[in-house]
Amino acid sequence: MTSEYSNSPDDQLSAGDANQYLTFVLNGEEYGVEILRVQGIQGWDTVTPIPNSPDFVLGVMNLRGAIVPIIDLRKRFNMETIPHGPTTVIIVVKVESADKPRTIGMVVDGVSEVYRLDDANIQALPEVGASGVSSDYVKGLSTVDEKMLILLNIDKLFSGNELNHDAPTPMAKTA
Amino acid sequence: MSIDMDMKEIHDIFFEESEEGIDVMESGLLGLEPGNADPELINTIFRVAHSIKGGAATFGFTAISEFTHGVETLLDQLRSNQRAVSEDLIEVLLGAVDCVRGMLAALKDDAELDLNSVTECQEKINALLGSAPVTSAADSVADTDEVMAQRPGVKTWDIEFRPDANIFKTGNEPIRIFRELESLGKLNVFAELAEDVEFDSVDPENCYCGWVLELEADVDAEAIEAAFEWVKEQCDLKIHCRNPQAAAAADTGAVESANTVAQLEPPKSESNAAKPAAAPAAASRDSGSIRVNIDKIDALLNLVGELVITQSMLARFGENGGERGANSGLRDGLMVLERHTRELQESAMQIRMLPISSSFSRFKRLVRDISSKLGKKVELVLSGEDTELDKTVLEKMSDPLVHLVRNSLDHGIEMPEQRLAAGKPEVGTLKLSAYHEGGSIVIEVEDDGAGLNAKRIHQIAIERGVVSETEQLSEEQIHHLIFQPGFSTAEAVSDLSGRGVGMDVVRRNIADLGGRIDIHSEQGKGSCLKIRLPLTLAILDGQLVRVGDDVYIFSLRSIVETVLVPPNQIKRLAGGSVVYRLREDYIPVVRLRERFNLNCSAPRKTYLESDGELMVVVESDGKRLGLFVDELLDQQQVVIKSLEENYMPVTGLAGATILGDGNVAMIIDVPGLVRDAGDAKANDSNAA
Repeated sequence: MTSEYSNSPDDQLSAGDANQYLTFVLNGEEYGVEILRVQGIQGWDTVTPIPNSPDFVLGVMNLRGAIVPIIDLRKRFNMETIPHGPTTVIIVVKVESADKPRTIGMVVDGVSEVYRLDDANIQALPEVGASGVSSDYVKGLSTVDEKMLILLNIDKLFSGNELNHDAPTPMAKTA
Repeated sequence: MSIDMDMKEIHDIFFEESEEGIDVMESGLLGLEPGNADPELINTIFRVAHSIKGGAATFGFTAISEFTHGVETLLDQLRSNQRAVSEDLIEVLLGAVDCVRGMLAALKDDAELDLNSVTECQEKINALLGSAPVTSAADSVADTDEVMAQRPGVKTWDIEFRPDANIFKTGNEPIRIFRELESLGKLNVFAELAEDVEFDSVDPENCYCGWVLELEADVDAEAIEAAFEWVKEQCDLKIHCRNPQAAAAADTGAVESANTVAQLEPPKSESNAAKPAAAPAAASRDSGSIRVNIDKIDALLNLVGELVITQSMLARFGENGGERGANSGLRDGLMVLERHTRELQESAMQIRMLPISSSFSRFKRLVRDISSKLGKKVELVLSGEDTELDKTVLEKMSDPLVHLVRNSLDHGIEMPEQRLAAGKPEVGTLKLSAYHEGGSIVIEVEDDGAGLNAKRIHQIAIERGVVSETEQLSEEQIHHLIFQPGFSTAEAVSDLSGRGVGMDVVRRNIADLGGRIDIHSEQGKGSCLKIRLPLTLAILDGQLVRVGDDVYIFSLRSIVETVLVPPNQIKRLAGGSVVYRLREDYIPVVRLRERFNLNCSAPRKTYLESDGELMVVVESDGKRLGLFVDELLDQQQVVIKSLEENYMPVTGLAGATILGDGNVAMIIDVPGLVRDAGDAKANDSNAA
């Protein structure tokens, strides 16, 4: 297990951290999640499948003694799947769902940067769906160096209902 | 926001402590016997009532403090032998305990308070108090105390209050205390600065003040101490009465003051004057225990689990290290490490264990209430209360136990006249006991009542189609029929039990915990229900198996046997269900690969030279099920972890665990699968 970066609760967090986003690449686009939600970045490791789980739930993994579900974001967004490469990583995030916080790992093509984005720099998503990701799961769009960033709302993306076996795929919702 | 948070936390502590106090009060009251005023016991009850009143007043929960005031006065009269312990009095006080519990619960959940029952109870207390100072719930403590304060011969109190430096950090605010004292009478406050403070070393969050207070009020030392209830361990407190005689001269009729004046000679001046009040709460719990959040314990258990895994990983490397002498030191070290990790794991597990007494003691009240409601005379005998059980098991066993006890009281133990007619003692005995047996915990619920009427049970079972008329059953088999769904032998349905939802649910709850229930009954002599439970839910003796590419784990306890099945012995029935003939019985069969929709790259492993397969026969709740697996692997103890925590419950799985190589393996939920197989069969037969 390789833990390249870990964000323990004791780390000094300044108020400015709330506006920082960790970005990652997925199918050529750059996505961002709030950095305060990121628990760590994890190299690829053995994943144990969960019986009768939806396709995009690859299984569970042992993360420092906790059993954490691993979600393939490409499959989640109905993108073409590619074999895991050297940059493939799992970003471990804390999700606030209705009843309790949960830890979830998401497989992405690679991590990119950390950006500081003020709320003024974030615009709402236009009504047309973007990049095959339903607008429900997007917090907003931002531009850095002429590059578009899609900021995800992971609470909605990984809410209990969305992980549910019978939940429709995000594409089905957009359509 | 943070202040609100802190306040809420402190409130939670108050609620928690008060709830514990209430339990102490209740068990104390249940221990009181009419006509025998045990001073120790009454003191304990009084002190609890007093701390609750004090705490409630501090936080502004006036409803509780007002109500408890009446209770306290009543108890005080008991304490000073002005009132005898009577059955009625205990009844009223028990009712009051329920009221306070209800009020606490309502406050905690922000729910609506049932004012009627409180007023009703208050009236009963007032009736007992006779010409009580508190006439209605509307009178506040402060009011009554002000009335007292206006009487002539007011006492003057000197109070020296020197808090520890960190008092603010614990969320205590001296001004709050002073305001409360002010409500008792005329208060003068003089602040004193500490002398030896270097300006450079001043920490703005520390308290460098002490206070000298002058209070003119006709109250007793305890009322003043009550104001300091929440800080008494963090301060140097001296309370001294300048003119203790004043009140005695003034009003000898006032029960409270007369009594306390006697107590106050010589006046308490030590700071530990407050200590006795703290003692009962501590004594009622285990001495020398600390309160720890369960999350912290689980986090510790997680870490220990990780350590065990790392240790076994190291042990494997050590073994592979070859024969060279340099490695023998390493191997010795690893062996010691293994022993220590195992001990550490066991000790960590011990933390989650609680004595069953906490669960048993509530039955004192239950038995008392139900037996008086039914007009039966019952003595409750408890044994093995120190037996320890995992916290989760204990919580989940609580409802089934209540059910069994109610059943025994309702159906088991007869009315006094019936008992006398049958030549038994008038008072029935209900025995609750717990003990270790092998690797299990056994809980027994035994009564010397009527026992089960085998003939009647058999008859009902036939009427309800549970068994066929021609079936020959032994007496024991008939007794076990009461665990069938929808079975109730109660001639008349009462509001206590006998609604037909009962024993089957009890048995299922116990099966879910990995336990078993048995019944032994003799008509006319009584019944004994024996529940056998695993020591802990957190650890499981597991049988590792391979299904497809993955490792799955069965609880060793659930496995009856494993058999090699030749292909032609699996029968597919109409409707799709599959059965296997195991000796005389047909048992349902489930293919785990299909059940779990596994996409396996590994081919099915076959045995017996051709197409034979390996089947694990499991049992739960008396029903068996065959499950096909590819291979049997090791047996080992595994730590059960929840899938729900970060994901969601998965049907067919009881959880997951982390194996020695750090990978995750799923634990099979045998009771669940057995139930599903039963349901599927029922559905099939309905469809056919």
